[in-house]
Amino acid sequence: MNVICRKMLTEQLEKLDLNYELLSVNEIRIREELSSQQVSALNASLKDYGIEVIENQKNALVQRTKDTIVDMVYNEDNLPAVKISSYLADKLNHSYGYIANLFSEVTYTSIENFIILQKIERAKHLITNSDLTLTEISHKLNYSSVSHLSNQFKKTTGLSPSVFQKIIAKRRNAAAQSEQ
Amino acid sequence: MQHEPLNILLADDDEDDRLFFKEAFDEIKIKTKVQTVNDGVELMNYLNRKDIILPHILFLDLNMPLKSGLECLKEIRESKALKDLSVAIYSTSGAEEDIERTFLKGANVYIKKPNDFATLKKVLSEVVSINWQYHTSGLNKENFLLSI
Repeated sequence: MNVICRKMLTEQLEKLDLNYELLSVNEIRIREELSSQQVSALNASLKDYGIEVIENQKNALVQRTKDTIVDMVYNEDNLPAVKISSYLADKLNHSYGYIANLFSEVTYTSIENFIILQKIERAKHLITNSDLTLTEISHKLNYSSVSHLSNQFKKTTGLSPSVFQKIIAKRRNAAAQSEQ
Repeated sequence: MQHEPLNILLADDDEDDRLFFKEAFDEIKIKTKVQTVNDGVELMNYLNRKDIILPHILFLDLNMPLKSGLECLKEIRESKALKDLSVAIYSTSGAEEDIERTFLKGANVYIKKPNDFATLKKVLSEVVSINWQYHTSGLNKENFLLSI
């Protein structure tokens, strides 16, 4: 995936004849001032590939914060031994206060809520797409107990995990039947 | 940092409810542009126009004359152009069957209309914030269910 993405970015950037540097899959540094025509040409050529250009450094930092959190939630081996605030500060090279304020400003939510939302999203995915029990899911997502997961699930979605599972299953059945 | 305002659409036949709703959005932190329509027929005519920008989220009253909220929801989910629209049902009923039925028809959010203004503001702000995360953080829209 990353290889394809890099190759495609390289092609598009060469085509526009820009002096650039690929920093990571999510970041490019362009070593010149872009005219507004160049910016819209770049946006247009990448849009075909479903890539959205995030222009400024503040937004880029928020995106990196999100990526770090998602990585943390989806790879349990990556779970930091230190507190999440110090982990993010260290990883992103800014004070946690700065990162947290910027995050709320840009995303309309706090880092804490975003982490909960991501964990509950992963729980939703596992509930509807795996055979894991809720207890197993709670361990996987590092909850202290199954009731802690259940409560946070209910608080975040307004639904209990079992009602959620039932609704998604019924929706999928209905969709499958209408396709026949 | 300045955001573009979020586009909100409300379909509700009750004038007072529309007014409260607009005032609530005026007072929350997130910048929004609120449009309203008065019934289901007007809603579907509006959504099917080619010259509009689709709202980030639609708040839909269930009991409306001419065309009910559920009929609109069904049409929206069956339309190629509209099926990905976030829909929040806005209803006086808090009955579990009603909640489940609307989710099965494809609603993303179910809001029981709060009785006081402070709660309304809190609820709307939370719904818009979570909806925004689904728009911007690559979350799976299929799993977007919120009952509040």
